[in-house]
Amino acid sequence: MEQDLEDNVLPLRAPDSFLPAGLAQTHFQDCYQCGKCTAGCPVAARMDLTPNQLIRLLQLDDSGTALRSSAIWECVSCQTCSARCPKSVDCAGVMDMLRESSLSLGEAATSQHAVIAFQKAFLDNIRRNGRLAELELIGLYKADVAWNTGRIGVLFKDAALAPQLNKRKKLHLLPGKAKDRGVVDRIFARCSEPEKK
Amino acid sequence: MNIGYYPGCALHGSSNDYEQSLRACLGMLDVELQEVKDWICCGATAAHSFNHKLSLALPARNLALAERDGHKQLFAPCPLCSMQLLKTQKAIAGNGLRQELSQIVEADLRGDSQVLNLIQVFQNIGLDRLKAVVKTPLKETVAACYYGCLLTRPPDVVHFDDFEQPTSMESVVAATGAKTVAWNYKTECCGAGMTMANEDTVLDLAHKILSNAAAHGANCLVVACPMCHVNLDMKQEAVNRRYGKNLALVVYYLSDLVGLALGISAEQLGINRHFVTKA
Repeated sequence: MEQDLEDNVLPLRAPDSFLPAGLAQTHFQDCYQCGKCTAGCPVAARMDLTPNQLIRLLQLDDSGTALRSSAIWECVSCQTCSARCPKSVDCAGVMDMLRESSLSLGEAATSQHAVIAFQKAFLDNIRRNGRLAELELIGLYKADVAWNTGRIGVLFKDAALAPQLNKRKKLHLLPGKAKDRGVVDRIFARCSEPEKK
Repeated sequence: MNIGYYPGCALHGSSNDYEQSLRACLGMLDVELQEVKDWICCGATAAHSFNHKLSLALPARNLALAERDGHKQLFAPCPLCSMQLLKTQKAIAGNGLRQELSQIVEADLRGDSQVLNLIQVFQNIGLDRLKAVVKTPLKETVAACYYGCLLTRPPDVVHFDDFEQPTSMESVVAATGAKTVAWNYKTECCGAGMTMANEDTVLDLAHKILSNAAAHGANCLVVACPMCHVNLDMKQEAVNRRYGKNLALVVYYLSDLVGLALGISAEQLGINRHFVTKA
């Protein structure tokens, strides 16, 4: 009897070697599938896999399915899952690590191109300017989505907002940039080096 | 009172009405905001989604600059900036990353400045003092205080108020003479940075928040976050169009309400630059 029980217990394995080492710090192995993360998630209904399912995949060493999910890009990083988890699993931290790995391994869901293009354009923008230049971000993001998905309509979406923003003095053609942009570029370079093993 | 001030990108961009409101309101209360010299973006959602180390390094640079400028207190009016600064301080203290981050950001880093959100700035001024200087009690205002995500979450990073049932903003609003309502969506997410890339999500969430506030008898919302303001104010018309509603809830920054109660005009506070304004 004791032996049977032992056989049914999920072995605690180390996570897949291509997942970041920091994943262990999220305590995802402690999840016992109560589903509280998914119950409180404001976007769970839009996800192909729910937060608790993603964690289960990691426990079962099937991180590939998690990395290819669209769910990790639907996540709005509201932190409700992590705040409520009775086992202190940092589910929002798991989402961050899945996104980072999904991109670096080239596994990101193509259906989520817009969200990924936006975040990429955002980071490129602050690397160049030190601070966000909103109009430049919007222009480059829209061009990327139109070019890569063929959704030309995106170029004109919200165009009617521009004069309204301008009327409210919320558009800045010449945004303030950080003076020391060299250091920003060097910080980006240092943070992009592969981890030393 | 002088405090260090990290505006973040939004307040120097399309949410510059928030900065106008802060300067007008806090100036009246003798709080001088001293901007951190040559601050850079905190990296926001993009950094923590794409590059964990970068999401600590960018705030670390700003913490180091604030320390260099001698700021013991650092006010970050955007809750995402504020949370990222606190998360970085936690990583410095807990994981011994101080040396590595100092090298990455080319500045010595202690990580000991006190990071404040807007509610904490008002608490430090003192709610009794605030009550004492109110000139125009806001008797007609019935506010739904909206905290959104990052003022109270993650609780082990921000250590602020109760993350399920916060009441600190209600206490500040009560000092202005306004009423507040009990409602269900005060800590639900508005979709945050998805405004452009995933508008469906933002409209769905904003619709639920705005409708719930109205259903509980609020005639306005109060926020302390630039992104919440964009999604609930600028996107309110799109919400009405998509869901066939006639919502017309003014979305105030917390400093707007306090400013109005102090007798500052709506124009000086920048309230006339919102999308939804009082009819």
